[in-house]
Amino acid sequence: MGQGGVRIEPEPGDLTAVSGGPGDVAPIGRDLPKPAHELTAAEDVDAATWDQVAATDEFRALVAAKIRFILPATIFFLVFYMALPLLVGYAPDLMKTQVIGEVNLAYLFALAQFVMTFILAYLYLRKANQFDAMAQNIIAKLGIRQGGTK
Amino acid sequence: MSTSLIMFVIFIAITLGITYWAARRTSGATSFFAANRQITGWQNGIAIAGDYMSAASFLGIAGLIAYNGYDGFMYSVGFLVAYLTVLLIVAEPLRNSGKYTMADVLAYRLSARPVRSMAAISTLTVTTFYMIAQMVGAGTLVALLLKDANISYNWAVIGVGTLMIIYVVFGGMLATTWVQIVKAVLLMGGTLLLSILVMAHFNFDLGAFFNAITHVQSTVGGKTVTTNYLNPGLLYKPPYGALDLLSLGLALVLGTAGLPHILVRFYTVPSAKIARNSVVWAIAIIGVFYILTTFLGFGAATIVGKGFITSHGGTNMSAPLLAQNLGGDIFFAFISSVAFATILAVVAGLTISASTSFSHDFWTNVVHGGQERTKGQEVFVARIAALVVGALSILIAILLGPTFNVAYMVGLAFALAAAANLPAILFSLFWKRFNTVGAVTGMATGIIATLVFIIISPSIMGVDPDTLTAGRHLIQAKAIFPLANPGIVSIPLGFIGAYLGTILSHEPASEAKYNELNVRANTGLGAEV
Repeated sequence: MGQGGVRIEPEPGDLTAVSGGPGDVAPIGRDLPKPAHELTAAEDVDAATWDQVAATDEFRALVAAKIRFILPATIFFLVFYMALPLLVGYAPDLMKTQVIGEVNLAYLFALAQFVMTFILAYLYLRKANQFDAMAQNIIAKLGIRQGGTK
Repeated sequence: MSTSLIMFVIFIAITLGITYWAARRTSGATSFFAANRQITGWQNGIAIAGDYMSAASFLGIAGLIAYNGYDGFMYSVGFLVAYLTVLLIVAEPLRNSGKYTMADVLAYRLSARPVRSMAAISTLTVTTFYMIAQMVGAGTLVALLLKDANISYNWAVIGVGTLMIIYVVFGGMLATTWVQIVKAVLLMGGTLLLSILVMAHFNFDLGAFFNAITHVQSTVGGKTVTTNYLNPGLLYKPPYGALDLLSLGLALVLGTAGLPHILVRFYTVPSAKIARNSVVWAIAIIGVFYILTTFLGFGAATIVGKGFITSHGGTNMSAPLLAQNLGGDIFFAFISSVAFATILAVVAGLTISASTSFSHDFWTNVVHGGQERTKGQEVFVARIAALVVGALSILIAILLGPTFNVAYMVGLAFALAAAANLPAILFSLFWKRFNTVGAVTGMATGIIATLVFIIISPSIMGVDPDTLTAGRHLIQAKAIFPLANPGIVSIPLGFIGAYLGTILSHEPASEAKYNELNVRANTGLGAEV
């Protein structure tokens, strides 16, 4: 669609006027495109635009920055977490070692999972502010008003 | 009239009030399915907690720890860490690119009809297993908690089912959300109070508490045995215990990000940023709760004792019995009503996600090609679906009866969600080459593999002595597959199915639309408001 707006071919017998010069605020008829400032978001965003946005340096930088954080973080927490059932299952004697008083390694490592989750969530929350700023920047450059990230 | 019954009635009155209030505010699809996307971050965080912490968490884990010590605590850990998957990978892209259901994200790039049909099947399968576990649990529990009031299992199931239908049919997502918030506050309050009472019992001396945990006395064959409940291995024993533990861990950590009733919660907030904040709120609340299961579970093990629990209703009664021991009948009644609230909020969440998926994915998008035939039809169909889902759940729970073993069903729902839904969601968001055939084969493989492996596992197959009448295995033969949780096999199979289906077919259209999904998911451009 792009600049085209919704373009409906007049049906036979339809007497709606096909008019609208460059000076008109909006074309009365169906034939001419709306001026750019009157397009709704849905009309303004189309397949070509998505590809253009995806190809911009800013967007690539955003995706790269996200992957740089999320991929290592995900691998880390999966390994850290799966280490618990692995160690508990296959090295139970090690995990039964009492570390603080009668509290054993198994319980402490389980508690460490909670601490790890809290810390990682906090780190991501902080990091994500950067992602938001980058995304806002991309949207601002497009000059599109939209409500998804208000 | 028993104190428990009075507290149940008070809770029911409050939630019906909420439903009435919500019903007056609910008109139109976005308000019915997504509470107008006006839920705030902290509200949604609490609601996620209320949606997630089921009877399996509150009563189940307390019981598992009371009976098996440390091994039961492994559930607590997995249930929480799983939220990192939700936070880092799923929540924001889902909010940015979807409308009401998980399938919205898949249908962006892929061919809508096959993918939505499959996603609706998967959603209904996962929620059915989750629901059966909750309903049968609710029936036995309410009957037990309201023993004085003489409420039978069947009436308890009908009561719980009717309430959840009322919440969802009349109040939609708004009522469901607030019932979940009220429940989460009650559950956290009750759990905190109970934990403080446990510590008070040990004069607030952690050393004494852990000393008791590491020296739990029990009588076996007339002799007194001392067991260290903090040591692993009481539940997961050789030869397959270690593998079962891994399998369970994998299902828990990957399954949450594929649970439909959790995913729909992210559509109730205004933006992806707020969806993210709400997950962090949820992590804080859920994290504190699962740490406190230490006091609930080990408290029940040390203060009440396995023997007493077994003779007074069994594992699920551990937390209420602990409350009775420490705070008397009033506190028992309070904790019982918290358990009741817990179940109701979860089944309401399940009902609305199942009916949304049926109406939005199947009815509107598969049957009617994406167009409502008449205005408001989508919501109308969802209300009918909620009624049907509720009625069927009541019926199934009554048919299965109170003695049916449902403990494995929640773990199974997680394995199903991880094996069927997660590969499709992940590949759809991150793999350009991914296509419709891949999504459908992946979901189908995940569902079938999980079901097959659960059927041939010790949960369904086993040889019981003739004297055993309650909770018999469905198939009286030696189990073919040794693990109770199929996750370690079915999850990789789900991923392999999605991968093979993709590379063995070619779909330029889905690759062409990848940029659109990628931009939407990462920037929030064009997100539903």
